[in-house]
Amino acid sequence: MDQMAAIRETFFQECDEQLTTLEAGLITMEEGDTSSDTVNAVFRAVHSIKGGAGAFKLNELVGFAHVFETALDKVRSGTLAPDADLLKLMLKSVDVLSDLVSASREGGEVSPDIGASVIEEFNDLLGSGAKHDDVDEFADIDFQPLIIDFGDPTPLAEPEKPEGNQFEIKFRPFRGMFDKANEPIMLFRELQRLGTVAINCNTANIPTFAELDVNESYLDWTINFTTEFNRQIVAEVFEFVEGDCELAITDLAAPIASSNEIDIEALMQRVRSQSPAPAPIPAPVVAEPAEIEALPVKPVAVSVEAKTSTKASAPVPATIRVDLERVDRLINLVGELVINQAMLTQRVFRSGNVTNSHVATSLEELEHLTRDLQESVMAIRAQPVRPLFQRMSRIIREVADATGKEVRLKTEGEATEIDKTVIELLADPLTHMIRNGVDHGLETPEERVAAGKPAEGVIRLSAAHRSGRVVIEVSDDGAGINRPKVLESAKRKGLVAPDAALTDAEIDNLLFLPGFSTAATVSNISGRSVGMDVVKRSIQALGGRITISSKPKAGSTFSMSLPLTLAVLDGIVVAIDDQTFVIPLTAIVETLQPSPENIHPLGDGAFVMRVRDSFVPLIDVGAEIGIRPRSSKPPNGVAILVETENRSRNALLVDAILDQRQVVIKSLETNYGRTEGVAAATILGDGRVAMILDVDTLVSNKRHEPAQFEEALAKTS
Amino acid sequence: MTITVLTIDDSRTMRDMLMMALTEAGFQVTQAEDGQHGLEVLALETPRVIVTDINMPRLDGFGFIEAVRREERYRSVPILVLTTESDDDKKMRARKAGATGWIIKPFDPVKLVAAIRRVAA
Repeated sequence: MDQMAAIRETFFQECDEQLTTLEAGLITMEEGDTSSDTVNAVFRAVHSIKGGAGAFKLNELVGFAHVFETALDKVRSGTLAPDADLLKLMLKSVDVLSDLVSASREGGEVSPDIGASVIEEFNDLLGSGAKHDDVDEFADIDFQPLIIDFGDPTPLAEPEKPEGNQFEIKFRPFRGMFDKANEPIMLFRELQRLGTVAINCNTANIPTFAELDVNESYLDWTINFTTEFNRQIVAEVFEFVEGDCELAITDLAAPIASSNEIDIEALMQRVRSQSPAPAPIPAPVVAEPAEIEALPVKPVAVSVEAKTSTKASAPVPATIRVDLERVDRLINLVGELVINQAMLTQRVFRSGNVTNSHVATSLEELEHLTRDLQESVMAIRAQPVRPLFQRMSRIIREVADATGKEVRLKTEGEATEIDKTVIELLADPLTHMIRNGVDHGLETPEERVAAGKPAEGVIRLSAAHRSGRVVIEVSDDGAGINRPKVLESAKRKGLVAPDAALTDAEIDNLLFLPGFSTAATVSNISGRSVGMDVVKRSIQALGGRITISSKPKAGSTFSMSLPLTLAVLDGIVVAIDDQTFVIPLTAIVETLQPSPENIHPLGDGAFVMRVRDSFVPLIDVGAEIGIRPRSSKPPNGVAILVETENRSRNALLVDAILDQRQVVIKSLETNYGRTEGVAAATILGDGRVAMILDVDTLVSNKRHEPAQFEEALAKTS
Repeated sequence: MTITVLTIDDSRTMRDMLMMALTEAGFQVTQAEDGQHGLEVLALETPRVIVTDINMPRLDGFGFIEAVRREERYRSVPILVLTTESDDDKKMRARKAGATGWIIKPFDPVKLVAAIRRVAA
């Protein structure tokens, strides 16, 4: 990637950040905080996007940002009130801006229609003043940063100095000019580059030493200037001092004799040696202004008292940007280190050296360090969920618009951190759940008012750390799940037996069945995308689980429990025949040693186990994954009671439990291929590969239809 | 002698661009992310020329220039304002604060380099 392309990429990354800031700021304003800090931050975000876009000649983006910025500037200056309608329009503008950024990023043609209706709305609001009149300002500048070429009409390289135009320049600086670090000498040098100068310095106004004020300007100059350039270019030399000096540029008809010529270098020397260095004070007669009592400006410590937009300066946390690839490589290496450390420990113990307490202590320290190192490295990938949550506010606006519902998004725990990959993979399922929440969960404003609720519905999105996992909840204050309707629909579709009596929780879980949709009319919002079964599968693929709870008239809550990282997993190590497997701890409820009288055959080689007052299917893992034949004899071993995502319980039968530990996940799909019943692999301390079991698939492969299961159970008892 | 330039801009994109254009021109560049940060950097090393943005968090360009000019030892450091603000009020405000010159964004690196050389007399 060349440098320019890299900067372009930076620009788009920055756009994403600015859009996030912008949206968050507008939402804060919507909540009633219209302090100048908030408004300024919002303004700056749009301003910044416009500035960068201009440099890359993204004119559509510049044009829209300009209109948006103009409106924000009016809010900033207090001439436009940020009422609900304006903020709604501005939030819509964020969406347009975001679309324009995406379109520009992809580099295709950007349709000028994007945002046309929003611009119209702005124009209605602001008058035509918001039109981007100076879009040309950006259009005609070609940014060519790699070539620094001085061969243009205002050259810095020594131009030829032909006889040509003749000017007389009278120049008398005011004292204010020096306060801006402008120096006569730099102007003279610039003139010298453009032509031949003859400079005459008038020192007549310098007062006596006693009256001298070092900060006053006493000198003036008359310059005879011969150049091939025109008057405008000559005037441009004085551009920065305009207003800070008396300046007269007169065209002279004919070249004049340069008898008064002063060597510019000599003049410069003089000015320098006479100035109290380094300040470029123009009263160049005394070296040390010893008699001056008070300087007009007292030195001030360079700490800034809040005057403009300053706040107590919060220190900017130092950050560096690192390629994700490097971080991942580091994580991988640390993973290997963890495995190696485990192997080392195991070997030392086997060698009998454990009697040496120094060795044991060192090994223990190594283990702690490795664990700390691993946690620190994992933390690098962790990111707050805030940007993800903020993206959802756009979804809400779109769905609210399309359905005519009034919705407010409330978020909690946006600072909660979670693995970057998890965040990325969470976007789609979360989007769908939010859509569902607004579309199916919330009632129309009329229905809400009739039910005694505020017309505006609330979607709550929260994140929190709970016992080593992140729990993300999406809830609505709508009507709750219409259970009779769900049940009826499921029966009609043959998803449950016509006479099945299900508990509330079981009915709620029907929503997760493939092919289920409750909306009587499939709207173009939720209907166009996936069902809750896909949401559930995505969450499961992340090593998470999703549950649902609902209260009639009060609303529903979808709760997702996710691992903090996809790189390690806590599990128990079990033995089946001579093989070793890992079962994720999150799925495990308890472990049991079943006594033979608690195990009942169901026929066709299946067994159930009595766990206190209920029966659960007993799954012989070894037979299920095909490493040993199915046995018709009551199996023996250790039963591990697991709970799946839909809260059904099963017992997994293994030969023995060996250990409980954290394992580093190695993708089986990347290294081998997808295998039913196996989620991933890991390397154990003794160097052997162990498969991590996919409990949900194991159980669902084995699971009997509810009816069949009940029937079989009835026979046995 | 190498001309040292301090660039102040809250946009990473602009900072990167300035870094590229100015390094290419042979200047030695130090960067700051806003006015406040600029003052902190200034306390450590005095550049020959400062190029600053106006709209920035914490301390904007106006505040930065005023703060710099309040201090005697920085009064001779030329400050160029690089901004998208083209309206005259803002320009006047920057001048009043003590800006040496200004360049309207999107900046033309040739112009900027020329301006820096000009004020770094």
